[in-house]
Amino acid sequence: MKKKKNVLWLTISYLILIAIAVVAIYPVLWIVLSSLRPGTALYSQHFIPKRFTIIHYKELFTTKSFMYGTWYLNTLKIATLTMILSTFLETLGMYSLSRFRFKGRQTALTLMLVLGMFPSFMSLTAIYIILMQLNLLDTHTAIILVYSCGAVLGGFIVKGFFDTIPRSLDEAARIDGASHMKVFTRIILPLSRPMLTYVALTSFVGPWMDFIFARLVLRTKEKWTVAVGMWDLVSRYQDSNFTLFAAGAVLIAIPITLLFFFLQKFLVQGLTSGANKG
Amino acid sequence: MKQHRTTAAILSVLVQGLGQFYNGQRLKGILLAAIEALGLVYLIPRFSHAMWGLATLGETTQKFVKVKNSVVLQKGDHSIFLLLDGMIVLLVFLLFALIYVLTIRDAYQTGKLRDEGKRVAGFSKSVSNLKDNYFPHLMLSLPAVGVLFFTIMPILFTILLAFTNYSAPDHIPPAKLVDWVGFRTFTDLVQLKSWSRTFFGVLSWTIIWAVTATITTYFGGMLVALLIEQKGIRFKKMWRTILILPYAIPQVISLLIMRNLFNGQFGPINQYFKAFGLDGLPWLTDPFWAKVTVIIVNMWVGIPVSMVLILGVLTSIPRDLYEAAEVDGATSFQKFRIITLPFILFTTVPVLIMQFAGNINNFNVIFLLTNGNPMKGEYQYAGATDLLVTWLYKLTLDNSKFNMAAAIGIIIFLIIASFSIWNFRRSRSFKEEDMIQ
Repeated sequence: MKKKKNVLWLTISYLILIAIAVVAIYPVLWIVLSSLRPGTALYSQHFIPKRFTIIHYKELFTTKSFMYGTWYLNTLKIATLTMILSTFLETLGMYSLSRFRFKGRQTALTLMLVLGMFPSFMSLTAIYIILMQLNLLDTHTAIILVYSCGAVLGGFIVKGFFDTIPRSLDEAARIDGASHMKVFTRIILPLSRPMLTYVALTSFVGPWMDFIFARLVLRTKEKWTVAVGMWDLVSRYQDSNFTLFAAGAVLIAIPITLLFFFLQKFLVQGLTSGANKG
Repeated sequence: MKQHRTTAAILSVLVQGLGQFYNGQRLKGILLAAIEALGLVYLIPRFSHAMWGLATLGETTQKFVKVKNSVVLQKGDHSIFLLLDGMIVLLVFLLFALIYVLTIRDAYQTGKLRDEGKRVAGFSKSVSNLKDNYFPHLMLSLPAVGVLFFTIMPILFTILLAFTNYSAPDHIPPAKLVDWVGFRTFTDLVQLKSWSRTFFGVLSWTIIWAVTATITTYFGGMLVALLIEQKGIRFKKMWRTILILPYAIPQVISLLIMRNLFNGQFGPINQYFKAFGLDGLPWLTDPFWAKVTVIIVNMWVGIPVSMVLILGVLTSIPRDLYEAAEVDGATSFQKFRIITLPFILFTTVPVLIMQFAGNINNFNVIFLLTNGNPMKGEYQYAGATDLLVTWLYKLTLDNSKFNMAAAIGIIIFLIIASFSIWNFRRSRSFKEEDMIQ
């Protein structure tokens, strides 16, 4: 009797899981198939196209008015430089906040928390005006600076990681006569390789996703990033260029999704370390 | 015997660094005096103009003046630049004032050392002292400058804007001036009929949205996690990988895809409805259904996040609890109710609260999916699905109502801050962070 009930329950569970899995996969499959479909319309009679074509992928790079290739390279450049700069700034700042007890440390931590609570779009106007005064509007330098300096505020995960490295390590090295700088570069940095990977990759992914600040700072079409371009495509020509959008979306999603699966382990750690604080 | 410390301090008050010079730290004294000179050179020509600008926000507007036979545009004051410049000069002034005070204190303390008959540190000693004792400060200075310029200054500036009348169409420089108006922006927002209707409408939808979005994703994620972790389910890793997929795809992309998927005319969802002989639903164009759509889509995006979180928690539940329950003859449901559920709730409540706060600010889902639409006639520049943040964004970028946008930003901050403070008070680890060591 009990066994029968168990089998029934397992069957139901499998059915629910399959249903959820279909919902999870469907949009992804749909966009991939759409990108391979001839024509430009959103409407299509069949889920699986009758005929496959890769013309939309070619169009992405050949259409004159649609500078997907340029945007892709722009984004790659911005993402790489943001990654370097924000990892550098975040490690420096969080290391000193985690390792040293100095006057003003508590103030700095509280300030970080408080600043993080302001909606980031609130300062759009101000950032625009400041960049205008600095003559940095419509440059990639500006957007890299905005991203990297914003990343510092999200550094609590990094600080948490540094907190877990036993302090006896650096104390021993200090007694042996190593300077603070040496302790940092020779002992702490090598130990925090997983954390550095996490920070570097998340800040690399950011510019691919953000279109708010990018749209604000980058005014000319040649300077855009892919996110701005794709958003513009969808909001301007809703359904007339759908298959082109699909192809563009697939090309952006592939590298980012792969990076995500690579990062998964660290992400889970980050999430659950927040959870265990209770 | 009190001689040196008072003399040194007084000398430093007169000229920054003179006290150090008197104490025998010549190089340091000269350096400090140079810093003061630099500060004075920067501040003297700017300070009074900056303070005037900050106080009045400009007095003359631009106008056309007749010069000989032609009409020339005479430049007026630009209130917004005056405000920004005033703020920067004030910040620089405070910085130099801080250095000034620290110098006096240093002179006093070195003088005290001399009074006590101790040796005064030489220049190279001072430098290595700096490197040893102020290493964290040096390290922190670079990120701090970045945060100062691109986060603190913009936020301060925006807060100030909330107390001005900087908005289209009547107060946009350079054609017109901007003035301080005190709390009028805030009172307008809640009292003026046209604004207050929008404000309270958007606010109540924001809260309904945040509550529903948090609860649906949280319990959805819990359900999925429990299903996968059940005894007897095979291919656990495969299920996890499939179900995490929506989390892995960049939101910009997945939400734009969803927008097409739910398209009322041509989207596949309505096509399936029609295939079953049903009329399609106005997913994105009807105020009610648009709200339903954003919640559904948010579940698609958010459930995997909660799933990952709860899967992590599930593995940390001690096995012996279940074994003990089995010995006592508990059914699976009892085990879930008495062990699993309380354990999950207890460990994830802080994250849950932060997710709630995050949903109040969930810009992407709304903006990319519906853009706040469908429009609502009685609203000021907002649609039926607009949250406070997306409304703020529209007010800033599309309608140039900068003061209103700033006021709304401050209100959002107050809401988020109260939740977060409550949350941090609850969690002990914030106070006891040193215990990890």
